[in-house]
Amino acid sequence: MAEDVIRVERLGKQYQIGTPHARHRSFRERLATGCIRCFRQFQRVGQDGTNDIHTEMIWALKDISFQVEQGEVLGVIGRNGSGKSTLLKILSGITDPTTGEADITGRVGSLLEVGTGFHPELSGRENIYLNGAVLGIKKAEIENKFDAIVAFSEVEKFIDTPVKFYSSGMYMRLAFAVAAHLEPEILLLDEVLAVGDAAFQQKCLGAMGAVANEGRTIVFVSHNLAAIRNLCSRTLFLESGHLIKAGPTEEVMGYYLQRHSTSLAAAVALPAGLPEAPGVGRVLRFLTQDGMPQAQFRLGEPWRIAIEFELFCPVPQVIAAVGLISLDSVPLLTYWSKSKDLKPGHYSVEFDCKLPFAACDIQFVVSLSSYQRPFYHIQGVGHVSISPVAVNEQPLRSSGTGVLFSTQQPEILAITLEDDRAREDIVDVLQLVPEKHSF
Amino acid sequence: MNLKEVWEYRELLYFLAWRDIKVRYKQTVLGVAWAALQPVFTLIIFSVIFGWLVKVPSDDVPYPFFAFCALLPWQLFTSSMSATSNSLVANQHLITKIAFPRLVIPLSAAVVSLLDFSIAFLVLLAMMVFYKITPTIAMLTLPIFILLTMATAFGIGTWLSSLNVKYRDVRHILPFLTQGWMFATPVLYSSILVPEPWRLLYALNPMVGAIEGFRWALLGTNNASGPMVLVSTSVTVMLLLSGVCYFHRKERTFADRV
Repeated sequence: MAEDVIRVERLGKQYQIGTPHARHRSFRERLATGCIRCFRQFQRVGQDGTNDIHTEMIWALKDISFQVEQGEVLGVIGRNGSGKSTLLKILSGITDPTTGEADITGRVGSLLEVGTGFHPELSGRENIYLNGAVLGIKKAEIENKFDAIVAFSEVEKFIDTPVKFYSSGMYMRLAFAVAAHLEPEILLLDEVLAVGDAAFQQKCLGAMGAVANEGRTIVFVSHNLAAIRNLCSRTLFLESGHLIKAGPTEEVMGYYLQRHSTSLAAAVALPAGLPEAPGVGRVLRFLTQDGMPQAQFRLGEPWRIAIEFELFCPVPQVIAAVGLISLDSVPLLTYWSKSKDLKPGHYSVEFDCKLPFAACDIQFVVSLSSYQRPFYHIQGVGHVSISPVAVNEQPLRSSGTGVLFSTQQPEILAITLEDDRAREDIVDVLQLVPEKHSF
Repeated sequence: MNLKEVWEYRELLYFLAWRDIKVRYKQTVLGVAWAALQPVFTLIIFSVIFGWLVKVPSDDVPYPFFAFCALLPWQLFTSSMSATSNSLVANQHLITKIAFPRLVIPLSAAVVSLLDFSIAFLVLLAMMVFYKITPTIAMLTLPIFILLTMATAFGIGTWLSSLNVKYRDVRHILPFLTQGWMFATPVLYSSILVPEPWRLLYALNPMVGAIEGFRWALLGTNNASGPMVLVSTSVTVMLLLSGVCYFHRKERTFADRV
């Protein structure tokens, strides 16, 4: 039996929330809240109760215990805010746990974000060295791997151009190329695969699979269930800071999907995008044809998707797009808006979804782009469920994700007919077909 | 103390400093010449007001050279103090995403300010030629006073940068701090203008020792007594030790607070 290289014992992390400017508290506020607190305590003499609205505490992680064996690839799934990233931050040593402990044996490399430390003014070449140093790769090692990194990134021609002139795709590819050449004993990965086009994502998955096959230990946090399924043998499922389930990936994923589908919301706040982006998605809404907020629709019922977004500066040729994907991240289809030059402000766009989906669960990809270059891209948000009960007459009972395009019902035409002998076979077939057929 | 860990991350320190140096004068026409021009402009203003109009006594050397000998370490002090104080906030994207000894960040910020200093030092050498001042053997002690200046700046920088993580007021305090401090330091005048009984108290300002040390090394003036230098240096050591300790005590919380 392989030894445990990561041992996490009753881990907890508490954060303070509640103050409107908790992140940038000034001395004056601190003084003010200090005075209020003194005053309150004075009032509260004799009462117990230390709850102060200004210092509300929240457990981002509570009582998490697990072990990871040498060479194991562990997946961590959970919705936004479930504590996945906090867990990785503690494992990588960026922040200390409030309670419990995390023991790690071996050289740890963490990729919590692609391109940490990239400087826009520096060239691709310079950024490779800088990013390498930030990730803890020795200079000599980078020199050895330099050509491989450049080849992987596919930006050879622009390697001496400042990265501020790169397209966001090129930037991400270069950043991932450096990261892919990180060779620690234990690798901690957070959502890094959500970059680049499909082909590059495939390449990244391949690179990760190769790392996993080399017998390195990986902890992989992602929304991309398909990637987790491919790479991880064991998975943890976190929900609001608690470890809900741990075990073989298939089992945990099944449980996750089931639990996920009971939490439908008709409006979803979209997470923030890149810090320098000129705009950001705010809300994703699902509506019935009459404009009522709803996230559960019946088979064949037309519904609508609305994206609200905000632009901070004038952006030319904006296209807002929404992609429909299955819960395990298989793309189903994409809708996009007309392109338009927009001034800073709040905007909304609505898409009519008239396609008859089979009974299924759908997640969304929201993307905003300018000149077809995305500046905001979020995958795996929202959740709409299509129930197997049809609106009017049942067209087809079905299960599995897909579009039921049989709204028109063409006649079956005979090409050649055989003699009577075939008739008996048909009767047999009808007997074989079960009452509920599906595709 | 985690000095050994910091040493292990010296490559990161080097690359962060290298990044800041590379970026510092990008997209400027005059480029690195700014490092020499800034102190020269300041010197011209000071020489006109304090040398020519107010006629501040200048130890029998031309006032511009007298002032420049102090202005140089003073600018090294203020630039490395404000760079280190702002360094943690400026590098918050690194702090929240990567684990490494946080001391690397203010250290690299301090190193960068040495570059501007060495360029401005060339101006000083040129002035020595112009004013026909012969360097003495005492000039070899300059690195000690540079170190003293850097240590003072770094001591305060570690205090302020850790505080800045939580209280962004630091950024607004800095300009007043540097301005007020300059008048409490013998940059534009000589320490002998301070009445004798007050001098030891005056030397509690750690920059008094460093700056008069600079003048002594370059001009051979003897404005600060032995006890004064001792007081200044002790304050510097105290600032440095307490600053680094405070930094070390708080560094595990930076990622959550910044």
